[in-house]
Amino acid sequence: MIDRLRRRRLGRIPRGTVLAAVLVCAAVALALPASGLGTQAKSDQACQLSVFSWWTGGGEAAGLDRLIKIWNKANPDCPFKNETVAGGAGTNAKAVLAQRLAAGNPPDSFQGHAGAELRDYIKAGQVEPVDFIYKAAGFGKVMPASLISQIRYNGKLYSVPVNIHRANVLWYNPKTLKANGITVPRTWAQFIAALEKADAAGLTPLAMGEQWTAKHLLETVMIGAIGPKGWAALWTPNSQGRWAAKSVTNALNRYNTLLGYTNSDAASLTWQDAGKLVADGKAAFNIMGDWQDGYFSGTKKGGNLALKPGSGYGWAPVPGTDNMYDWLSDSFTLPKGAPHRAAAVKWLTFLGSKLAQDTFNPVKGSIPARKDAKVSLYNAYLKSALRDWKSDTLAGSLTHGVVASNAWNADIDTALGLFLQNKNVARFQTALVAAAKKNS
Amino acid sequence: MRKIRRWGPGLLLVSPSILLVAVFVYGLIGWNVKVSLSDWRQAQETSGFDTGAYAELFPSAELGQVVEFFRSIVTGYQSDTLTTDPAWVVDVRHALLFTIAFVAGALIVGGSLAFLLDKGVSGEGMFRAIYLFPMAVSFIAAGVVWRWLMNPAPGDRSTGFNLLFDKLGLGFLRNEWYLGPDWGAAALAVPAVWALSGYIMALYLAGFRGVPEELREAARMDGASEWRVYRHVVFPHLRPVTLSALIILGHISIKVFDLIVAIGGKQLITQTPAVYMWILIYDARDYAKGAAIATLLLVGISVLIIPYLIYTVRSEREA
Repeated sequence: MIDRLRRRRLGRIPRGTVLAAVLVCAAVALALPASGLGTQAKSDQACQLSVFSWWTGGGEAAGLDRLIKIWNKANPDCPFKNETVAGGAGTNAKAVLAQRLAAGNPPDSFQGHAGAELRDYIKAGQVEPVDFIYKAAGFGKVMPASLISQIRYNGKLYSVPVNIHRANVLWYNPKTLKANGITVPRTWAQFIAALEKADAAGLTPLAMGEQWTAKHLLETVMIGAIGPKGWAALWTPNSQGRWAAKSVTNALNRYNTLLGYTNSDAASLTWQDAGKLVADGKAAFNIMGDWQDGYFSGTKKGGNLALKPGSGYGWAPVPGTDNMYDWLSDSFTLPKGAPHRAAAVKWLTFLGSKLAQDTFNPVKGSIPARKDAKVSLYNAYLKSALRDWKSDTLAGSLTHGVVASNAWNADIDTALGLFLQNKNVARFQTALVAAAKKNS
Repeated sequence: MRKIRRWGPGLLLVSPSILLVAVFVYGLIGWNVKVSLSDWRQAQETSGFDTGAYAELFPSAELGQVVEFFRSIVTGYQSDTLTTDPAWVVDVRHALLFTIAFVAGALIVGGSLAFLLDKGVSGEGMFRAIYLFPMAVSFIAAGVVWRWLMNPAPGDRSTGFNLLFDKLGLGFLRNEWYLGPDWGAAALAVPAVWALSGYIMALYLAGFRGVPEELREAARMDGASEWRVYRHVVFPHLRPVTLSALIILGHISIKVFDLIVAIGGKQLITQTPAVYMWILIYDARDYAKGAAIATLLLVGISVLIIPYLIYTVRSEREA
């Protein structure tokens, strides 16, 4: 019965319906490719400088806004198009960017950590060398030579650094240290003594956060133990033999010792949580990059702690890394096939200028890559960083993309993740050697 | 011509959907498999066929390696000789622990809730709604809340359950939750059980209601105790429901990503296969290996779904 009803109903479909269905199908078929063509045609019309970054909040976004204002005033014919993607440390943004580049739809310029992290783009032929910009604008004379040599790949430069962050900073709360009779350690031995004292006082000796902050801690310990030169040698081609050296074993043993002083719930804390333990007087020390300064001194409204540099919080180089600057840098690139190449070149030239760097950095909480910054614009911590930047030996950051490719970093993450659970130094070193063999 | 008139319009109406599914589901599955069998390990693809990505995910054919592989997964022991990617071994172990805890937890909690409701409670509708609501919360949102509830902080920094246990004098129940080195992955399943057990309850409740009252009456007339009525009359009727529940929970469990990322982020201690797939593709740009993991996840889910589909089709035909 039902079957018959259904058949009859179907049989009665008027011709108009059939026609409509055909038309819908045709429209769908036509619309798919047409929409793709439409966007392509549009981008060629008016000039708009599309810049891709993950600067969506806090001082970064505020600094970028200031740059945009200057740019728009100077370039009314090619206004700024801010293409940001939110998400911590740019992981989401990088995913979106990878898709855009693969689809042949690059922005005019995109953000990336200066150094090895850009190698994937370089190897895929997605970015152009920018040596000509350095030459024309004379960046070579105002940026440290060691910085430029550390971001060069196969003899060429592929990005313009906007800022410099320091990774090897030891943060502490002066009041906590004073109350417990702890002095700020400068050497490894002093550091261990200070941690012991903090432990005896019932404090968390060293506050640490989730896994990437453990990698951050590892790099600062290793740079201190083997020196910037030995560190740089670990990232050169065929470096597996150097990873197997006794000096690396010693560095890893130091790291293992240090982990014994960290909080048991590290993996459940963000870097801000770990910093807050120090600010609240619950932990004695924290080792983190100098964005921690932004978190400590920034406004309460922006979700920061609004502490006073010097009295609310203090800083020193990580013990053992005196006169070493473990650096990382946000930089911008010139993608191949950038829709508005001339404007992009102008943008990169602008980013390297004193005006742009001194505008952006005091707000972002970092220092310029240039050596001629106007010191009075910066807060107490950044002033000290500016001084060190000019005199210290530079060592590129592992965690923040300077020395190792993304693939190498991922292999180190696995090795470190296992080590944090089993604390077996020999096994850890074997895994690091294997990672170097595979990636170096 | 007449025949075409009969099925033609219907076909025309569904053909856009067939076309889209063919391209965007099956076409992309095919493309994914192709990528997994390529050597697209770094930024650019060089040449064709390569099974290297799978070779890192499976133990080699030697018996010793196979034994080590399964031993590592089951016991969590870390082998020095195993050539398989160590992160993957950890991931599979986590997925296994998560699946067992999640499926068993949701079935037991959901089944018990349904059993209690079936016994007759006043305000059943309200209870049903209350238990079903967690399913409406996305895993990301639930994860953020549960991250706080299952906070493993020691001493005076405790929050969530650990603090509650302390206040109730149940300090011995304090634990590290998802940071536990052995059973952490099972703790990650707790929010998933919370979210899905209401749904399982609804399934079972429908199952309980589908058992004709006459059968129960007849059993009681024959002098069966209440327990035996359930054991021999009601429970056998619930087998198809249990099977559906297993499939639904199983495929959620194999794919789990958002909940893990919300609670643990990208760390090995909480990593599951889907999270590793994301890391490989977007961080390490190891497209072939990421696609290989995606393919293995699909195969894992198919192992669950295909027998179920065959079973359903067959039982529908019989009915």
